[in-house]
Amino acid sequence: MSNHRKVVFNDVTLRDGMHAISHQYSTEQIAELTQLIDESGVDIIEATHGDGLGGSSIQYGFSKESEEEIITTAVKNAKNAKVGVLLLPGIGTIEHLERAREWGASVVRVATHCSEADVSEQHIKKAVDLGMDTVGFLMMSHRSTPEDLLEEAKKMESYGAGTIYVVDSAGALTMDDTRRRIALFKENLSTDIGFHGHNNLSLGVANSIVALEEGANRIDTSLAGMGAGAGNTATEQLVAVMNKMEIPHSVDLYKAMDAAENVMKPMMNRPVQIDRLSLTLGYTGVYSSFLLFAERAGKEYGVDPRDILTKISEMGAVGGQEDWIIGVAQDLAKEKAHA
Amino acid sequence: MSNQKIKCAIIGSGNIGTDLMYKLLRSDKLELTAMVGIDRNSKGLALAKEHGVKPIYNGIEGLAEEPELAEIVYEATSAKAHAYNAPILKNLGMKAVDLTPAAVGPFLVPSVNLKEEEIAELDNVNMVTCGGQATIPMVKAISDVVKVDYAEIVASIASKSAGPGTRQNIDEFTVTTAKALREVGGADESKAIITLNPAEPPILMRNTIHVQTAESADAYQEDILASLDSMLKTVQGYVKGYRFKADPVIKGNVVTVSVEVEGNGDFLPKYAGNLDIITSAAVKTGEVMAAHMTKEEAAQ
Repeated sequence: MSNHRKVVFNDVTLRDGMHAISHQYSTEQIAELTQLIDESGVDIIEATHGDGLGGSSIQYGFSKESEEEIITTAVKNAKNAKVGVLLLPGIGTIEHLERAREWGASVVRVATHCSEADVSEQHIKKAVDLGMDTVGFLMMSHRSTPEDLLEEAKKMESYGAGTIYVVDSAGALTMDDTRRRIALFKENLSTDIGFHGHNNLSLGVANSIVALEEGANRIDTSLAGMGAGAGNTATEQLVAVMNKMEIPHSVDLYKAMDAAENVMKPMMNRPVQIDRLSLTLGYTGVYSSFLLFAERAGKEYGVDPRDILTKISEMGAVGGQEDWIIGVAQDLAKEKAHA
Repeated sequence: MSNQKIKCAIIGSGNIGTDLMYKLLRSDKLELTAMVGIDRNSKGLALAKEHGVKPIYNGIEGLAEEPELAEIVYEATSAKAHAYNAPILKNLGMKAVDLTPAAVGPFLVPSVNLKEEEIAELDNVNMVTCGGQATIPMVKAISDVVKVDYAEIVASIASKSAGPGTRQNIDEFTVTTAKALREVGGADESKAIITLNPAEPPILMRNTIHVQTAESADAYQEDILASLDSMLKTVQGYVKGYRFKADPVIKGNVVTVSVEVEGNGDFLPKYAGNLDIITSAAVKTGEVMAAHMTKEEAAQ
């Protein structure tokens, strides 16, 4: 694949990674991580609450630092990389986006559930008006057929998004699932194409490589995979594989390895890894940030968190519906008491 | 004549306008005379005609030509359309019950601030949003017991129940709902979140209300639960499918309440409780307006 054009790395350590640390990165940690990620050579550093602009809440957890502090700290410490933000319409608003732009963010990923792209129209158009690198981000892509997903991607393209992502929020796509979705995008869209993976089924790197083979040219990664569930595709791991396959990019392997090992891993509260619970996310297809909520509710109500996730999957919860977990845990506890 | 009905009309022939039509046709205080739209092919206008309600195809101009058709007008279009229509309705001497997030008039949540004497003074009231109607009563029930520093609500609705108006203006939903959580719910600060869920069969409208109280809510547990129960019954007085989805959780200074709304199935199926909660609130409001108007007319 040596004829491939350079792949753009979008780092999510400071956004998806927020989920894994319950949104508690301090300003000092954000500054240190931004410097290391920037020095490693990634192209875009996303820094926002895990649920995007306006995400700091009782529902998802309050951020330790303010939105302004998170974004401006990243902007101040990124010498080469652009700083990006995530925006989920329904949580964040255009007003949030305008402020983020003022604070120096120049990339925005406007994210909707895979079947609801039309809620992103205002936000994508506004982002284009603001002169931002504007990305459409179709979450929980495993829930739509490749054909249906393409229809939603076309809507985002028509609003003006320059890049459209297949987002495997639940880490539930197999390699063939990824291949079919990216290939269909490549054939039918004139935008750039991206892939965001989670490692719940241990396919983060494999799916990213498949996406690149099918024509994606933006990939989300994070140091040591820092992210929701079993984490995202680990930067250092993907870089190692891409080097062997001679796929061009601008990330320094040793710098990414050192940052992951020396700085990122010691910051983790709960190891970001494949365990029975994060594996269940991928297996049942549940939004990865539900992990810590299900774990806590399981403890509190004395039920197996895997049962909570399985039930949540059956109910068809989408990203952002963490509030359903307590109700499910209560119901399971009542069933158990009556059994 | 105490059984005299007050005439009313609906502007807007989408999901909300059509659901509202079915409810108004059952009212014993309001007589629905016309539905106003701009799309000759709209399903809502065809249904109106079928039910003996006059369809008007040329928008508010058509209604202005026949001012005897309505004393109360329900606006079920968009915030932008209502901003345009509101002064026209005022000039025509018609009272507006606004179901868009325009908020030209003050917010009205029947279980919290609907008072006959006060509403007589108003020529335009705003019904907030579906999420606002479903959650503000619960915030108010808590703020009646203990000071509320912050209220946050998460509304989940079935994708199929969210029409293009909602989808293209989702910021208006979050901003308007958050504002009303403060102004009507009594919270100092607020946030509103909405998620659209495409699951099949479609989910019932579900709302989670998280409230941060100024002092520990544990100490007020009994009073809070009693207040929530009482408010639930008040809302059920006009939306019978409104109920708790999970047991309220009180922990330290955070109270979490979860309610779901099963619709009446008038226009969209029962999952679309988000239509019912706002249209039922609007009917209730119009009926109280009408009751007052009838009394005034009788007195003259």
